[in-house]
Amino acid sequence: MKNISFGQYYPAESLIHRLDARAKVILALLYIVCSFLCKNIISFAALALSAVVLVLLSNIPLKAVFRAIRPILFVMLFTVVLNVFWTKGESPLFSWGILTVYPEGLYNALFMLVRILSLIIGTSIFMTYTTTPIELADAIEQLLAPLKKIKIPVHEFSMMMTVALRFIPTLIEETEKITAAQKARGADFSSGGLIKRAKALIPILVPLVISAFRRADELATAMECRCYRGGDGRTKLHVLHYDAKDFLMMAVVVVFGVLLIGLNMLAIGYTM
Amino acid sequence: MSDAFIQVENLNYSYAEEDGREIPVLHDISFEIGRGEYVAILGHNGSGKSTLAKLLNLILTPTSGRILFDGKDVAEKELTEDELYQLRRKVGMVFQNPDNQLVATIVEEDVAFGPENLGLPQQEIRRRVDESLAIVGMTEYAHHEPHRLSGGQKQRIAIAGIIAMLPECMIFDESTAMLDPSGRKDVLRTIETLNREKGITVLTITHYMNEAAKADRIIVLDDGRILMEGTPAEVFARPEILRKAGLDVPQCSALVEGLREAGFAISGDCYSPELCAEAICRYIQEKRA
Ligand SMILES: Nc1ncnc2c1ncn2[C@@H]1O[C@H](COP(=O)(O)OP(=O)(O)OP(=O)(O)O)[C@@H](O)[C@H]1O
Ligand SMILES: [Mg+2]
Repeated sequence: MKNISFGQYYPAESLIHRLDARAKVILALLYIVCSFLCKNIISFAALALSAVVLVLLSNIPLKAVFRAIRPILFVMLFTVVLNVFWTKGESPLFSWGILTVYPEGLYNALFMLVRILSLIIGTSIFMTYTTTPIELADAIEQLLAPLKKIKIPVHEFSMMMTVALRFIPTLIEETEKITAAQKARGADFSSGGLIKRAKALIPILVPLVISAFRRADELATAMECRCYRGGDGRTKLHVLHYDAKDFLMMAVVVVFGVLLIGLNMLAIGYTM
Repeated sequence: MSDAFIQVENLNYSYAEEDGREIPVLHDISFEIGRGEYVAILGHNGSGKSTLAKLLNLILTPTSGRILFDGKDVAEKELTEDELYQLRRKVGMVFQNPDNQLVATIVEEDVAFGPENLGLPQQEIRRRVDESLAIVGMTEYAHHEPHRLSGGQKQRIAIAGIIAMLPECMIFDESTAMLDPSGRKDVLRTIETLNREKGITVLTITHYMNEAAKADRIIVLDDGRILMEGTPAEVFARPEILRKAGLDVPQCSALVEGLREAGFAISGDCYSPELCAEAICRYIQEKRA
C-alpha cells in the first residue's frame, strides 16, 4: 500500500504547474464563475474549448484527467436524465408513455454536462493536479491571512490540514494491518447484514483510534522539540510570489469571462 | 570534567498517577556528559531510559535534583517559553517511531520545519535543508513523500530535520529499534558521522549492545538507578553485572567468555568483532610461539 498518493497531484513541467499557488486558487474560482456565465451554445462551446486548452496547457495525460471525472460519472448521468425528461418546452420531440422529450431538454442536458465537466476539469487542473496539497494549504493560509485580524486561527487550520495530509497514508496502512490482524484472529467482515458488518468494524476502529491518539501525542512532542510554537514568527522554505505570468493568466480568464457574456448576447439557438 | 555540557545531579523523577499515587521511576541519578562526547545509555525495558531522555529535553520536569546545560540550571525554576525554545534548539531529540516525527508531506518541507520555526530567512533555510539532507545521504529524496520511504530512510529524514536546527547535542531514544538491520546500519553510520565529524554531542539510548559498543562511554541503567558507568571495554568486561540488569553481552564478548571458561586464556577487550578477532589471533600466535 505504498502507492497511495493523497490528492491527485500530477508532477509535470507546465505553465500551470509553475503558477503561484494562490493565483491558481483565484483562477479556479474565476473559472467556476465563468462556467456559470454561459447561456447559449456558442458560449458553452467556448467553455468546452477552454477546458481542452487547459488540459493541453497543463501537460496532464488524458487518462489522469479521466480519473477526476470517474467519481462523478453517476452525477453526470443523473443530471442528463433529469434534464432530458423534466424540461418542458413548446413542441415535443417525441413521446414515449408518460415520458416526453423536448429539444430544450436535450439542450439543457448537453449544457449541464459541459458545465459540470469543465468545472471539474478547471478546478482539478488549477488546484489538485498541478499544485501539491502542501502548496495548496499554504496558499489558502495566505489568502485567508486577513481573517487572522478577527481572531480566526488560519495558521492552525492550515497546519491541521498539512498534518492530516501527512497522516492519511499512514493511517490507511495501519487500517490494513489491523484488518489483516483481525482476520487472522477469525474476524469476518464480509457476511451478515448491515448491522453485523458494522459491528465487525469495531475491532478495527478501536485500535485505530487508540493508535491515532498515541501518534498525535508523539507528534506533538516531536513538534515541540523542533521549536514549534504556532504561526507567529515562522518563516517558510517556499515563499510564494506572484509574477507576471500569474497576473497575465488571471487577466486572460477575466477576459474570457467577459467574452462569454458577449457570446451570450448572440441570438443563436436555445438560450438556457 | 571541566568541559561538561550536560550535568545531571541527584535527579529523581516520579510519574503522578490520576489517583494521586506517585510512581518513582528514576532514583538519584548523577552523571556528566562532556562536549563532543558520544555516550550510550543501556537499560532493559521500563528501566526509565525514555523518562530520562524526556527530562533532558525538558518535556518533563524533575521531581528533585538538578539538570545543568553549559553550567546553567534548567530545572530549578519554571523556564520562560523563550528560554525553553533556546534550549530546545541546542538539544535535538530523535524518537523511536519515525512515522510519528515527520510533519510534512514532502521530505524537504519536513527538514525545513525546524528552521522555519526558528524564523530563519529563506536562503538560510534552503542552505540548511540541502546541507542536512547531504549529511544523512538523502539528497536525492528531497522531493519524495515520506510515506513512500523505508523506515531507515524516514529515520534519517527525522535526523536531518534535527540537524537543520544546528543543535549542539542530539538525543536518540531507541531511534533504531523499529528498523531492519540495513536501516539500522545507515542510521548508526549517520550518528557516528555527526559525532566524529560535526562534533555534535550524542546521547543514544538503546538496548542493542553493538550500538552501545560504538560509544565513548556507556551508562547502564537498571530500574531507574545507575548500575555501572564506563568505557565499552570496562562495561563489557563485567558480563555478570550486565546480565543482572537484564541485558545481553555483545555476541563476541559472549564467545570469548565461553572460550575462556573452556580454558583458553584469551586476553584483552573483545566487545567488537574486530577486537575479538584480534584477541583470538594474538592468542593463537602466542600459543604457536
Ligand atoms: N506517562 C507515564 N505515566 C506513568 N508511568 C509511566 C509513564 N511513562 C512511563 N511510565 C513508567 O515508567 C517506567 C519507565 O518507563 P520508560 O518509558 O522511561 O522506560 P524505558 O527504559 O524507556 O523502556 P523501553 O525500553 O520500553 O522504552 C515504566 O515502568 C513505565 O511503566
Ligand atoms: Mg523507551
